[in-house]
Formats: sequence, structure tokens, C-alpha cells
Amino acid sequence: MTLLEAERRSANSRRVWGRVALYVLAFLAALLAAFPFLWSTITMFKQDQDLYTKANNPFWFNDPPTLEHVRYLFTNTEFVTFVSNTLLVGLAVVIITLVVSVPAAYSLAHLVGRWGERLGIAIFLVYLIPPTLLFIPMSRVVSALGLHESLWSLILVYPTITIPIAVWLLMGFFKGIPRDIEEQAMVDGYTRAGAVLRTVLPLVFPGMVAVTVFAFTLSAHEFIYALSFISSTAEKTISIGVPTALVRGDVFFWQSLQAAAIISAVPIAFVFNLFLDRFISGFTMGAVKG
Amino acid sequence: MSETAVEVKAVAPARDRRHFLDNDRFLAIGGMTPAVLYILGLVGIPFVLAVLLAFSDVTVGDPSLDLTGLDTLRQVIADPVFWQSLRNTFVFTLVSNALVVVLATALALILTKQFKGKWLVRFLVLLPWTTPVSLAAITWLWTLDSIFSPIDWVLRAMGLLESNVIWLGKPALALASVITVHTWRIVPLAAVIIMAGMIAIPSEIKDASDIDGARFWRRTFEIEIPLMAPIIGVAVLFGVILTITDMTVVYVLTRGGPPPNSTQVLASWAFFKGIEGGDLAQGAGTALFLLPVLIAVAAFILRFARRREVL
Amino acid sequence: MSVVETRRLTKHFGEALAVDHVDLASTEGEFLVLLGPSGCGKTTLLRMIAGLEEPSEGEVHIGGALMNGLPPRTRKIAMVFQSYALYPHMTVHRNIAFPLRAERLEKELQDEKVHWAAGLLGIERYLERRPRQLSGGERQRVALARALVREPNVFLLDEPLSNLDAKLRAAARDDLLAFQRNIGITTIYVTHDQVEAMGMGDRIAVMSDGRIRQLGTPEQIYSNPADTFVATFIGSPPMNLLEGPERTVGFRPENFRPFSDVPADQLPEAFQFHVNRSEYLGSDRYLYGTVEGYDEETKVIARVPVGVSIEEGMTHRFAVAAADLRFFDPATGERIGPTS
Repeated sequence: MTLLEAERRSANSRRVWGRVALYVLAFLAALLAAFPFLWSTITMFKQDQDLYTKANNPFWFNDPPTLEHVRYLFTNTEFVTFVSNTLLVGLAVVIITLVVSVPAAYSLAHLVGRWGERLGIAIFLVYLIPPTLLFIPMSRVVSALGLHESLWSLILVYPTITIPIAVWLLMGFFKGIPRDIEEQAMVDGYTRAGAVLRTVLPLVFPGMVAVTVFAFTLSAHEFIYALSFISSTAEKTISIGVPTALVRGDVFFWQSLQAAAIISAVPIAFVFNLFLDRFISGFTMGAVKG
Repeated sequence: MSETAVEVKAVAPARDRRHFLDNDRFLAIGGMTPAVLYILGLVGIPFVLAVLLAFSDVTVGDPSLDLTGLDTLRQVIADPVFWQSLRNTFVFTLVSNALVVVLATALALILTKQFKGKWLVRFLVLLPWTTPVSLAAITWLWTLDSIFSPIDWVLRAMGLLESNVIWLGKPALALASVITVHTWRIVPLAAVIIMAGMIAIPSEIKDASDIDGARFWRRTFEIEIPLMAPIIGVAVLFGVILTITDMTVVYVLTRGGPPPNSTQVLASWAFFKGIEGGDLAQGAGTALFLLPVLIAVAAFILRFARRREVL
Repeated sequence: MSVVETRRLTKHFGEALAVDHVDLASTEGEFLVLLGPSGCGKTTLLRMIAGLEEPSEGEVHIGGALMNGLPPRTRKIAMVFQSYALYPHMTVHRNIAFPLRAERLEKELQDEKVHWAAGLLGIERYLERRPRQLSGGERQRVALARALVREPNVFLLDEPLSNLDAKLRAAARDDLLAFQRNIGITTIYVTHDQVEAMGMGDRIAVMSDGRIRQLGTPEQIYSNPADTFVATFIGSPPMNLLEGPERTVGFRPENFRPFSDVPADQLPEAFQFHVNRSEYLGSDRYLYGTVEGYDEETKVIARVPVGVSIEEGMTHRFAVAAADLRFFDPATGERIGPTS
């Protein structure tokens, strides 16, 4: 009996230490991931004399916190313009991506058979051609179309980045839906297209949500195309506007800069966190089979 | 048998012809066409152009497309900065992604367990990746500032440092900083992908290993990780692609410096040459070298993933 | 001393009560079946015995010792899952050797035991193959070898035959039974298939809603069901139940015969049986209908030999021998005596 008692005690203590280790590691992970942002959040409320005194504790408000830099960001810079530009571009790109990717993903998943596999791989290969290769000729194409310095250049070009990923993700979702459902609707009197529209599309709705969030994020992140196509401040997005417009010569308006970064980062992370489980299920369906 | 037999009605011919919306081939082609056109038009054509540019002498001053054969590429290779950029690209990619594999797997293991405050931890852990690259680089720029870095302050307060670490000013440190930012950014993405792989492992296999006597380390290293190998491969693939093709981190953090070009990578060097330097041909030529590297890496990893696929 | 014993074993999942204060005691070497519909708690009960779930209340004893709080590997048990849960990336040899590796056994001893177990199950020639190269039956044998190699006190099996197609199932059942008789280890077997249970079990625990309704041999459960649930769950077609105001009367279809066929000294109880339709099954005939004096909707089934001629659409005088009648409380469904 004492052998079992010893076993029970060690199993118990292992369980307890396991939990402790888990919490410690989780805390560490969160800290390491977020500490630059935590630092930025503190910075954006600091007064100049507090911030720029080397001896002061950076994590403490030695002088009372202030909103003046945040206010500066919104009133004296084009930050608001940047935000609205980014939102506009994001929305347009999402719409284009969905309109183009959904039919393509369905065709690849069900209608194209053996070619489907090959085309799927081809699409993935396209993804391998990086913007850092294409941006030079792309900027000539954009000028030739007269879209230089316009948000439309971004709206036109960003889908080349979002479509391959969207098709790949959606293919996984479509493959997960059995064809019986369409065929039932066809027996009930609809054409194939009508059947898909009415029965399958509502079921991939979570996939479309995932693609929306992804596409918006990709377009908000994009840097090199935006930097190459647009130099006039009024047309800039957050991604290129903040690093360029908030640096006047050699002077960095650090607090406003960090405020801009935090205000842009937090909502996206929040939304991602909400939909994380959906993304994971999308990956499991599309992942290794692709 | 029964008195009231059901009358069999003649079927009224509603649709005699096959409607075009029934034709699977039409739908397949129609569905694919917008995507194919988009890709062909806005990726294919610029790609061909890029190749053409690399074999020409186009600059901002001389925009006519005169093909000059291998001259431009020879010029590109002759420049020692090209080789430094190539080396840096490899170093950054290899080191970051090696770190990413380890850290992301550990993170995935943590995030698949249940614990209080998980939602908050997930949110904080996602921030590095969901933030636009340039803005994430800016937060690091401030954190690594040569005068006001909080890291330096903490080190000073602990007595480990006298004045300041010039994180972005000394070549070795700058390299380390760029690697850190890349790793930091990609770990959340890789962790999410790996989590998907973890969930795909049937719970009965984990139960069986419990009963067979495997404790935590044995179960993780002999059962779970081998079964996740293909999807860890996918995560690494994404990480590698994102690192090799990225110029933003270098651009914002160091501008390729410290001078002259210690942290330059192929992607950023192509940008400097092509856009800021005005030599479009050389820019395109430099960037062209990214392609064989990417394809080779992708093929390797995909083959690895296929071979290990058992589930 | 019973090998496996549970005392007031209970499991809550949030609000839901999966296992409700179950008392169970096995005897040594027996093949004990936990039988019930899905959701009745049989798998949860098995998992608590294995140590894969912690009980909310109650105790698990294996080999006379209290097991609560102990992880599965210390309980000297082995388990075979529905999917067999073979490690797909390992050879059969490594699969079987895995528990021995976890025990840190010397390499030679490991190989010896693997070959011993593989030999017993006739799978020696598969040792270098991977699970995906094996058929369902072969995989079952690998799972059994992996279980055997730990020399457990108890075998726990969770519906191991449900993933096999019907043709293989019978052969696999025979193999399994022969194996258990040969080895003689106490076995607890979970299934929802009552034919399987009746054919394999020394004793059967019929479960529903987290409780054991009856624990007994197949004969006991079939002939003397403890309540209406057991009466209708066991036997195909199920026992006929006629609800009266004071009590519910039950009788098996094979005991429901034409009045003339029941000898007088068996005290036949007569019924007016209106036959609606009949089914000819080669060896028997099934007659479907209703009985006068009871609810119109209650369907009654009789099983008669082929030679007996009964016309459909007519009412016939049928009877059940007094000894074959069972009575149940109409409110609780529990078995009550014939006196009323």
C-alpha cells in the first residue's frame, strides 16, 4: 500500500508543479510578446521632460501622465487621414478578394478534378513570387495606368497578395462540405449555380469571415507597394504614413508615434483573438492536404 | 389492393435544355476566370517585366527598354554589397526560423491547455504578428533607442551596465536586433498553425500513451511532435517566406545600416538600388535572385512534409 | 476479492450527470459487459476505472487497492480503444514495445516480451509494418498485443468492434473471446450492441442514464429483466409490454402463441390478438398486431413457427403461459411480483 501512496503523492505534486510551470510560462510568453507594446503604451502618455530624462524610471510616471501627445496625433498630423485611407483600401480589397476567390475556390475544390490539384499548387507557387520582386515593374504598370499617387493603385494591386491565400483557405472550407447538400437542392429544382448559392455558401460563411479578417490584415500590413506607389502624404496609409510623416527630419515625435502604433495594433489583435478558433479549423481543413 | 391509387402525373417539361448555370464545365471555367485573369495580369505581366528589366539597362534617367543581355546581372554580382545582402538574408532566415520552430512549438503546447486568463495571454501573444510590420518595427526602434532604451535602464538599474548599448549602431548587435524582431513577429503565426496540427491528433492516441505509461516529455517528444512534423513544416515554410521576402523590418529599423550596409538584405538592397537609387534594372536584377532561393526552400519543405504525413 | 470494484462512483460534467452513484464488482477472470445506448455513461464509467477521468464522487478499487488520484499507468490496466489508437508513425514492433520503453525495461527484455505477445496473437510477421498497412482485424491484434505486453490485471475495451464491417466483426469477436479465455484476465467490455453483449458476456451490466439497471448473466437478463428498460433493450424483437391501470404486463414474442398450443397445466393467460400483418423470415413468422382491452396504439408481436397458419386481418385467441408473464409497476417500470 505504501508504494501506491507514494505514487499518489508524486502524481499529485507533479500535477501541481505542472500547473505552476504552465502559468509561469504563459506569463513569460505574454510578457516577451507584448513588452514593446506595453512600453509604447506607457510612453504615449508621458510628458516630454519625464521621457527625455535618462535617469528617470521609464516605467513610472514621474510627472503626471498627459494626453497632449495623443491629441497632437489626431489634430496636428494626418493620422486620421491615414486611418481612413487604410480602412477604405481594406474594405475595397476585401470585397474584391471575396468576389474573385469564392468562385475560384469552389471550382478548384469540386469542379476541376485532377487539374484542381495542379492549379491549387500553381496558385500557391504564385504566392511565392514576392512583392519585393514585383514592385519595380508594378510601379511602372501603375504609372502607365495613371494610378500613381492614388489609393486605387493599392486597391488594384493588393488582391494579388490576398487572393492566393484566400483561395487556399476557402478551398479547405469547401472541401469540408459534402456534395449531397448541393445535389439535394438540384433535385429540388435549382441549377448547380443556384444550389451552391443557396446551400453551400451559407455554410462556408465562417470561412468567408476568416478570409475577410485575413485580407484586411494583409492590406493594412503591406508596406513596399505603398512606399513605391505613393509619396503624397494625403494618400498614405497607416503602414507607410506613420513611419514617414511622423518623423520630421531627424526629430522623432516618439510619444505620438507610439500612440499611432498602439491605436493601430490593438483593434486588429482583438478581432484576430475573437476569430482564432475559426482560423485554426480552417487551417486543419486546408493545411497539409494543400 | 387499396381503392384510392395515387395517380401518376405526367412530368411537365420545365427545362428542356440544359441551362448554362447547370453546366459544370462552364461554371468551373467561369469561376476560375476572374482569379486567373487577375493573377496573370497583375502578377504574370509584372513578373515578365521584372525579368526583362533585369536584362536591360533601364534607369530613371534612361527609361527606354534596351536589352543588354547579362551586363546588368554581372554588375549586380560584382557589387560586394550584393554578397553581403545575400549572406545576411540567409543568416536572418535560418537563425530566426530555427528559433521560431522551438518557441512556436512551446507556445502552441501552452496555448492548447486550459488556464485562467488564457484569452488575455492569447491577445498579447498575437500582437507581434497582427500589428502592421512597419509599426511593430517602430515600437522596437523606440525600445532599442541608443539613449532612452528601457532595456538599458533595467540593465543599468541591476548594475550590469555602465552607460548604453547601441543596439542598432554596432553591426553585430544590429544583426541580432533584426533577427530578434523577425523571430518575435513570426512566432505567433507559426504557433497558430502548429496549434491546428495539434488539434488534429486524435485524443485516443494521447489517452493510449497515458495508459502505456508515457509521461509528459515522452508523450510530447515521441508521440505528439513526430505526428505534427508535417504541419510544423508548413509553419516553417510560411516563416521562411515571410523572412526572405521582407524588407520592411530592415528599412524601418536600420535602413540597412549601421553603415555602410551591415544589415542589408536582398529585398531591401533591391529597394534602395531600384527606387531610391533610380537604377531599375539593377533593382530588378537583385530581386530576381530571391526567386530560386524561395522555390528551392519551398520544394524542400513540402517534400519533407509529404513524406512525414501519416495521419 | 474482486479485481475491479466501484463504490458510489459518480461523474458530473457541469450540470449533466453522466454516471450516477454506480456500484459494480467484477469477479476474477470474468468477461463483464457494460451495455447501453449512447449517452448512458458506460464509456465514462470505463474511463474512470482506467484513470482517464477523475470521479466527482465515489471510489475505484483495482486489486483491492484504492485507485482514486492515481494516473492510468500505475493501475496495472490495459485499454483497447474504438479506433485501436495505434501510433501511426511507428512500426508494429515499436508500438508494442512502447509501454515497455516507458517502463525503462532493458532492450533484450523488451524484444523478448514483444515477440512473446506477438506470437500469442499471431502477428509476428507484421512486426516491421506500419499500422496503415494492416487490415482492421490485424490492427485489433496489434492493439491487444500492446495491451498484453504490460501484463495487466484488467483489460478495458471500449467498443473495439464497431469500426469493423459486419463480415469481419463475427470473426474478430471469436478471436477476442478465444483470446480472453486463453489469457484469463478480467475484462470489462463496453458496447451498445446487445447481440454482441449477449454472445460474449459472462455477466452484463445494462445501463441507462448513468445507472446500472441490472447486472446479471445473459439468461437472467433475458428471462427476468429488472425493469421495462432492460426488457425492451434486450431481445430482438423486444418484449411486449401491455400497460394496465394497476400493472404492466410483459411477455416475449416467442412465448405468445395460439391458445390451442399452450397446454392447460401451464395456466395460459388468454388474449384477443388482432393480427394486422405478418412477416415470413424463413425460419419463423412474425405477427404484428394489437391486443383487445389495451391501448389501441400498443403494438404486440408474436413469433410463431412457420407451419402455424394465421390469417391476417382477423382476431385470434392467443395465450401466454403463466410462468412466462412478467409484471412491472406502471409508474416506475420496475419489476413487481405476480400478485396484485
